[in-house]
Amino acid sequence: MRAALTITAKDLKERLRDRSAIILAVIVPLGLAFIMNLTLGPITDQAFSTEVAVADADGGAVAQAFSGMLTEIEEAGFITVSEASDAAAARVMIADDQVSTAYLIPDGFSNAVGMSREAVITVVANPDQPIGAQVGTAMAEGFAGEVNAVRLSVATALALGADDPGALAAAASAEPAPIALASGQTEGRGFDFATFYAIGIAVFFLFFTVQFGVLSIIDERETGTMPRLLVAPISKQSILVGKLSASFLMGVASTVVLWIATTLLMGAEWGSSIGVLILIIAGVAAAMGLTAAIATFTTTAEQAGAITAFIVVVFGVLGGVFFPVTRVSGAFVVVSRFAPHFWLMDGFQRLSAGEGIIDILPAIGAIMLFAVVLGSIGLIRARDLVKY
Amino acid sequence: MSEPILVCTDLRKTYGDIVAVDGVGFTIAAGETYGLLGPNGAGKTTTISMIAGLLEKDGGSAVVVGSEITTKSTAAKAAIGLVPQDLAIYPDLTGRENLRFFGKLYSLGDDLNGRVDQVLDVIELADRADDQTKEYSGGMKRRLNIGLGLLHRPDLLILDEPTVGVDPQSRNAILGNVERLGDEGMAVLYTTHYMEEAERLCDRIGIIDEGKIIAEGTRRELVALVGGRDRLHVETSGDPSTVVGDVTALPDVESCSAAGSALEVVAVNASRALPEVVLAITRAGLDVHSVDVSEPDLESVFLHLTGKALRE
Repeated sequence: MRAALTITAKDLKERLRDRSAIILAVIVPLGLAFIMNLTLGPITDQAFSTEVAVADADGGAVAQAFSGMLTEIEEAGFITVSEASDAAAARVMIADDQVSTAYLIPDGFSNAVGMSREAVITVVANPDQPIGAQVGTAMAEGFAGEVNAVRLSVATALALGADDPGALAAAASAEPAPIALASGQTEGRGFDFATFYAIGIAVFFLFFTVQFGVLSIIDERETGTMPRLLVAPISKQSILVGKLSASFLMGVASTVVLWIATTLLMGAEWGSSIGVLILIIAGVAAAMGLTAAIATFTTTAEQAGAITAFIVVVFGVLGGVFFPVTRVSGAFVVVSRFAPHFWLMDGFQRLSAGEGIIDILPAIGAIMLFAVVLGSIGLIRARDLVKY
Repeated sequence: MSEPILVCTDLRKTYGDIVAVDGVGFTIAAGETYGLLGPNGAGKTTTISMIAGLLEKDGGSAVVVGSEITTKSTAAKAAIGLVPQDLAIYPDLTGRENLRFFGKLYSLGDDLNGRVDQVLDVIELADRADDQTKEYSGGMKRRLNIGLGLLHRPDLLILDEPTVGVDPQSRNAILGNVERLGDEGMAVLYTTHYMEEAERLCDRIGIIDEGKIIAEGTRRELVALVGGRDRLHVETSGDPSTVVGDVTALPDVESCSAAGSALEVVAVNASRALPEVVLAITRAGLDVHSVDVSEPDLESVFLHLTGKALRE
């Protein structure tokens, strides 16, 4: 045991002096999480809003009703409405890219609607703001649909013998729409983007950090120090335990540093501290199992590093460290369950959403299954790892 | 002579169809320096790897201070110090940290710091002890490599070609260190393909070739094997292999081999043989550029026993 601790202490000292290990374990993941949060976070976090202009040459009741509808939407925060003095001014606002959509309401528009004649609102779309223009067009279409529905109702009532079209129109307009759409947000699980990137990057790099420790066993062979360890009066198990302990401590320490740093600097919300610690430890165990299993099938550290990197990237994509796999469907969802990263992300996602340790037990179980299966392969073949 | 520290008997190791070590056996007593002399690929490193418990033996035994050494031995290995041919040090640690790390593995306990300082003095690295070893010169790394092997005062120190690739000054320092170890009572097993090193350091020498020890004894005993024969080294103008048969047939010549443009001749009496050898070479149409006559040495012994030069 003392020999194993001596080897662990030596390995940790070497890792701390080897700046590349610290850079890969802490600085790069922290930097990446920051960059992804800064560049992608605003795009995905911000609510949609667009600017529209209205050139009302009519001023009648129907035109005012249209402006009123736009005002309601503006109050909801989805659009900003500007008034244009005339159609030409509205077109200038489009050309200057000030608005995505301009509505041109001609003189006599309301009267035409009341007389059931052809009435036209011209919608001018800004090609440089396609989404805003699409939304602007849809709003006009919605209004036109409603007007047409009122007009149809009035025409039907008149055909059935009613004699006051004005009162009928007012009554039909006042009726609430049988179907209304409302915006809302999903409740429960779901990261804010700072938390998502912090956790995703931490999970992704955890496997690379742990790899350093496991591959150092092969390094000892390549640099010639393994014979000296094997000649020392210590068991092979001591060498293995010492090396794996260093790997374990490196993995846990670097992830805890990322956890604290992203919480303090990025406002990431990881959830229950005990749950996070349990998941980190389970994740490090799975990562050790994976890299140990790979290491026993390779002959050089470069070979093992390359294969591990490939598998870790594939698992990372499958497990949703770069984008939420819950937004993907089909076979991908099934395949993703075979990546330890998926269960780590699932566990962290639940903790971040305020769920407790009981709720992450399935994730912990799955991760430990990976650790045990892969670690067993590594341990069974460890004799081939600690050799002359 | 005192009780042997190392007793090797009939060591064997094969890799597929290749027999790397074929029945090697020898003993080393306390205070004795034993040289395993042979060309590259002769089986030296495989032999010491089995003795140090790094390699499984296919046959035979290696007993160090009364304990059989295998790859599974732990406590018994404390009697062995190994200086591998390749540098076995951690570049990111300082010289002192390297020594302290291995000292802890050998459970030096309270003696650790004092012993580390002693070894740093012996290998003349005390002034650079706290520098990372990646900043050391090649010679300094070699000296530390040796220091790590003798740190725990092993009964048997195994040095595997410790001077390969070392500058002459460091080489001298290393050889001086090894000489002192023998004087201090340590049993030393020294492998080399440098005849001069074996002659300078070793009390007894085993000549190994193709996995077998083909001769063993003190330098004097080994030289006696060639019957006090002289050695002629003749540089010619071309390929002298065509005259090897003619020269070997000369009455005062015992053996002859060609190496490049040179002819290596072992003669009963150099002064009588030399004119006849020169005549045979010139008759073959070659010019003689230089002649070097030397008394018998281990090179002659190896040539005599194997028919080939040590560095072939």
